[in-house]
Amino acid sequence: MTDLLRLPLHEFHQELGGKMVPFAGYEMPVQYPAGVMAEHLHVRAAAGLFDVSHMGQVVLRPKGSMEELGLALERLMPVDVLGLAEGRQRYGLFTSETGGILDDLMFANRGSDYLLVVNAARKAHDFAHLGAHLGDVAEIDIQTGRALLALQGPQAGAALAVLVPDVTAMRFMDVASVDTVFGQVWISRSGYTGEDGFEISVPVGGAQDLARALLVLEGVAPIGLGARDSLRLEAGLCLYGHDIDETTSPVEADLTWAIQKARRAGGARAGGFPGEARILAELADGPSRKRVGLRPEGRAPMREGVALFATDGTPLGAITSGGFGPSVQAPIAMGYVANAFATDGTALEAELRGKKLPVVVAATPFHPTRYKR
Amino acid sequence: MKFTKEHEWLRVEGDLIVVGITEHAAEALGDVVFVELPEAGTQVAAGDEVSVIESVKAASDILAPVEGEIVAVNEALSDNPGLVNEDPLGAAWFFRLKVDDLTVVDQFMDEDEYKDFIG
Repeated sequence: MTDLLRLPLHEFHQELGGKMVPFAGYEMPVQYPAGVMAEHLHVRAAAGLFDVSHMGQVVLRPKGSMEELGLALERLMPVDVLGLAEGRQRYGLFTSETGGILDDLMFANRGSDYLLVVNAARKAHDFAHLGAHLGDVAEIDIQTGRALLALQGPQAGAALAVLVPDVTAMRFMDVASVDTVFGQVWISRSGYTGEDGFEISVPVGGAQDLARALLVLEGVAPIGLGARDSLRLEAGLCLYGHDIDETTSPVEADLTWAIQKARRAGGARAGGFPGEARILAELADGPSRKRVGLRPEGRAPMREGVALFATDGTPLGAITSGGFGPSVQAPIAMGYVANAFATDGTALEAELRGKKLPVVVAATPFHPTRYKR
Repeated sequence: MKFTKEHEWLRVEGDLIVVGITEHAAEALGDVVFVELPEAGTQVAAGDEVSVIESVKAASDILAPVEGEIVAVNEALSDNPGLVNEDPLGAAWFFRLKVDDLTVVDQFMDEDEYKDFIG
């Protein structure tokens, strides 16, 4: 067994009473003394501080022009990179030659470079992938010296503005670099909870001071990975390695909104990304299966791996994420089903501990999102 | 009250054994959101999975600590699973077992031994 890595704020989490568990090779706080339920509800009502420093941060500096680098990124993702304005962030997907998803990520156009934030469990893979494909056009600068904090919830904007007044003017998916007493912070107005909020990249040396400064602000409490998972599930957001992976295409995963017009058939830069044949065909003809939201009718939570069936017993697929939604106050799940059964309201059955129980295909998000657009 | 290595407690009440989960277990599970109870009248063997308890984090099985017949279950847990966190040693009992010989509980840990066990 390999040793677990520690976050820069490891001792700080212990001081806060965080219960540390292994996740993606790191020791991570799964919860603090308040517990998953209270932490989840706190984020929906006020503001929560998450340490997501396990995620990969990488700056791509063009060796030539930003346009050349943007085009090179478009050869890795079915996403409109050139169309992303300076100061803006967008959701992206690295796809494989067979049209599966290698990772999902956020990328930001910062004028003279691109900043990418990728999943912890995939960062080694992603950095190698970037090195192999972009080495000629970009300097690939992995940000090992930075922590990443997320401040999420309806009071996040007011709280962060006490320390960084500039954030008041930011809208959803804006990015900014700001010099602060904590060092130069890279802020995006985004997150993984369905709430308004920010992700804040901060030099490791200033990270603990920033976390302490945020936690004394009104409404801000520390939140663990447990609530991060239930919040993103209620928001209908995918977790890599569970809801999406190398076998699922972006179309099957119902992430077609992430494939802008420019990259689709008839678009200005149609195709030209890995897995183009499968992805464009699925966009045209529909996928054979699709990721859907699911609402178990009873109270029993249905988790990853639970098999899904049509009411006549035909196997349809399986749940990929599921649990209890503290804000929804009911069990919720996501999973893949054959496309003919993917319409909201379709009655299905799920096999839980040997019993077939009713489940209904439902719209996501399960809880209304409150992004500051 | 006696305690098992699976973090259940047993209490003799009249000629029955009442079973629940310990405070330590309830705290480790976190907020309980669902309890699936066995049916009254079920014959169980020691180690049988008789009940499922789900928290926001995970699902866990409740095992029958000894052989016997489940003669009553706590329906209040179906409507209010949070009782397991509020009062694990009292209101949140899971089931009552009828056994041949009540001395079967003697094999389990007493409170001091259980405290040592969980460290």
